[in-house]
Amino acid sequence: MTEKLYEISVEVNGVRCEGRVPARLSLVDWLREELRLTGTHVGCEHGVCGACSVLLDGEPVRSCLMYAVQAHGHRVGTVEGLRSPEGGLSPLQDAFCEAHGLQCGYCTPGMLIAAQALLDATPHPTEEQIREAIGGNLCRCTGYAQIVEAVLLAAERSR
Amino acid sequence: MSEFRYVGKRRRAKEHVRFVLGRGRYVGDIHVVGMQHIAIVASPHPAARIVSIDTSAAARAPGVRYILTGEELCANTDSLLIGVDAPQVKRWPLAPGMVRYAGEWVAAVVANSRAAAEDAAELVEVQYEPQPCVVEAEAALAAGAPLVHPAHASNVLYRRKFVWGPVEQAFAQAHQQLSFRAYWGRSATVPIETFGVVAHWDAGHGILDIWASIQMPKFPDQTARALRLPGNAVRVHHDVDVGGSYGVKRGIKHTVLAGYLARRLGAPMRLIEDRLENMRGGDMQGPDRHFDVHVAFDFDGIIHGLRIRALDDVGAYAGRSPLQLGKPVGAICGPYRIPAIEYEPISVMTNKTPQEAVRGFGQSPTNFALERAMDRVARELDMDRIEIRKRNLIRRDDFPYTIPSGSTYDSGDYHAVLDKALAAARYPELLELRDRTRANGKLAGIGISTCLEPSGGNSAFEVLLNPKNETTTWMDSCLVRVDLSGAVTGVIGNSSSGQGHESLVATVLAEVLERDPEGIRVVRADSLMALPSNSPVGSRMAIMLGGAAAGAAKTIKRTLLTIAAHNLECAVEDLEYRNGDASLKGVGGKKLTWHELIEIAHRKFHKLPPGIEPGLQAKFVWEVPTGGGLPSADGRIQMYPCYAFEAHIVLIEIDPDTAKPAIHRYVCGHDCGVMINPDIVHGMTYGGIAHGIGAALYEQFAYTADGQLTSGSFMDYLIPSALEVPPLAIVDHCTPSPLTEFGQKGSGEAGYLGAPAAVANAINDALAPRGASLDTLPMTPEAIWKALR
Repeated sequence: MTEKLYEISVEVNGVRCEGRVPARLSLVDWLREELRLTGTHVGCEHGVCGACSVLLDGEPVRSCLMYAVQAHGHRVGTVEGLRSPEGGLSPLQDAFCEAHGLQCGYCTPGMLIAAQALLDATPHPTEEQIREAIGGNLCRCTGYAQIVEAVLLAAERSR
Repeated sequence: MSEFRYVGKRRRAKEHVRFVLGRGRYVGDIHVVGMQHIAIVASPHPAARIVSIDTSAAARAPGVRYILTGEELCANTDSLLIGVDAPQVKRWPLAPGMVRYAGEWVAAVVANSRAAAEDAAELVEVQYEPQPCVVEAEAALAAGAPLVHPAHASNVLYRRKFVWGPVEQAFAQAHQQLSFRAYWGRSATVPIETFGVVAHWDAGHGILDIWASIQMPKFPDQTARALRLPGNAVRVHHDVDVGGSYGVKRGIKHTVLAGYLARRLGAPMRLIEDRLENMRGGDMQGPDRHFDVHVAFDFDGIIHGLRIRALDDVGAYAGRSPLQLGKPVGAICGPYRIPAIEYEPISVMTNKTPQEAVRGFGQSPTNFALERAMDRVARELDMDRIEIRKRNLIRRDDFPYTIPSGSTYDSGDYHAVLDKALAAARYPELLELRDRTRANGKLAGIGISTCLEPSGGNSAFEVLLNPKNETTTWMDSCLVRVDLSGAVTGVIGNSSSGQGHESLVATVLAEVLERDPEGIRVVRADSLMALPSNSPVGSRMAIMLGGAAAGAAKTIKRTLLTIAAHNLECAVEDLEYRNGDASLKGVGGKKLTWHELIEIAHRKFHKLPPGIEPGLQAKFVWEVPTGGGLPSADGRIQMYPCYAFEAHIVLIEIDPDTAKPAIHRYVCGHDCGVMINPDIVHGMTYGGIAHGIGAALYEQFAYTADGQLTSGSFMDYLIPSALEVPPLAIVDHCTPSPLTEFGQKGSGEAGYLGAPAAVANAINDALAPRGASLDTLPMTPEAIWKALR
């Protein structure tokens, strides 16, 4: 018994990627195991913790709740694609470092994705808007304080 | 503290860049060619005899390489170590013959993908014969209770009554007494990364390579011992980033299983828990503890005696978990002057998932019981809760202060920290706010807690609870190397799970050597590289790794000065060390620069003084300050060396209709001595508070009466998000420790040690006008609602 494979074509971080995947393969497993983009993390695999957040056509989604085949024809953005065009840290990544917005780093890619999506839509959010935007991303290290600070700092610096 | 150049200054953590780029290297990111995947077959029964295991259908499934059962594994490996003296409580990664909790591992399936392994695991047919089970601690103590381990002949793993000071007398003479029962519910730290391990048997060298998501003392030794390998045949790689731990990432059974299979099959193995596996079979649930507390006190609120019975349910097996009743002995009276204490810890087994170390190692539940006692005494006497604490807190002039159970607290100024926290919380305004909220028909309460964070993690509770164990050292070490280019590298022998050890070591080396920390690199030796470490447990690394790094750096500095003195033909005392250069004291003195000295050390043997090794490196192994002792006959012992202090103040509002609590203001006054990196200390404290809020209000491993876990996912086990955790304010205070290099104390468990008590006290303050009270964690809306009726 071999599983039927499906052809997919997905733009990942601006690069077109082709794949042949079984229907049941989750998007996060495809990104991590096939493309070796291991920055996107797996935390709960049932859509609660947000560690696997990626941008799908610019919107944050849970890549553990999506099948890879569902991403066919779409744009996917992962943490590896957040760098500034010059290759350095993006303003948000830099602000996370500056404000100590992370400790173990495991939830960080998902936090960055959620926060970047917020800043793209709302460049100058209030603290409440930030908490709302990262409200679906769990962190066990930080108590969220310095994450909120980091997002505020990134927004402030873009003024 | 202006005396330091780098210590105590804000500085970006060295670890951050790789994480924000998505370039961390966690165990799930490690890929070894030919890697096979392990899936687990778990027991659905809390207690049952395994009648048969039929693996034939699973073995025929696509991609399956091997199926391992308990019978083969137990015949070829040794039982995992246990922290107390209970040799008949044996434990293997796969159950041999009997299962003792729902979720216990029964068989392991190896296949060429995780999906194939999981598919095949469902085809393994296990026949069970269910047995009576026991899931509640008191029931497990009762005569005739089903035995979790019949060979042990009792469900009790450890029980002793300690009496320190004139307890009888205190209770006989006090004006008043009160008693209450409190329950700390079973929760854990539940890191976002589950436990994982990759194991590879290198047949050419005869070495088992292990990459694992760990935070465990003696992990390489225990792995080797269980696998019947010499210690030097197991190489644990510490350069694996660990996605959170806070105590629980032990994973010894996972590693022994994967290690056995890697060697048996000659193929690299990967075992990554999924979330359900992690919650029910990952053996990482925390203390589950009933307290019976009796307090003897006078009308003026002075507490004279305390009796605490702590009954802790460790679940079906025990590693180090019973020892979590031992660590609180080192701060059994909290920050208070209580001269007489009786403590009866009881560790009992039930048919539930095993308990593992959780942040604070049993101290946070104890603090919760102590702080509930303070509030209850205040309520009994109709006395202000701050006043009663102030009357009992150890005073600044009392240090060093020895408590009845034998530990000496190094330093502190508890009243000052509490006052700072009250000021930051704008306490009078907070009272008005609470009363106004109450006047508007809502419930509102203020919670206060003061507590200690014992730090510098020793393992004195091992010798206290297990006379056969004579572990009296809990060292840590650091190797410092200065290469020919003049660059400094610190080598450490542990993995980290977010505590910023690379930043810690770089800062310390920079401080001592007076070199820019930006250029200092910190790398991790594997377990065969001869750098003893007892891992980052017990809030110990600022003290122990910081102390080891400072020791090694001082040796380097001394070597440089010795080389300079030899070449400048003077005594070392005539020299001044500045920024790495050594010069003769006085204006315009001769000088040898950092680079010139290094050039000599690495290349110019003819210029080296006798007795100085060429090359420039130094290793320093540090023993825990105040450590090394054995307990007295009545169980007095110095537990940890340094004692940090925290004072929490919180305002909570409760919706009277739904009983849902919301936190409105949170302030934590914190004194952990000199902070080496304030951002890192604050970060861990914020995180600890959030974790404590979770333990107090939301998180629980709930079991049905017939032993089934009902909170095995994040839909049921509720971790507070940014919407539940309010903005948090920390106020720093600094009382340096006299025992450490820079005056630092530990802080990795900060926040978590006092937050549950403060939140519980706030809920009770809110319930007080209705004449209700609640002493059971977590205080869910349902529990609050019931208490109100």
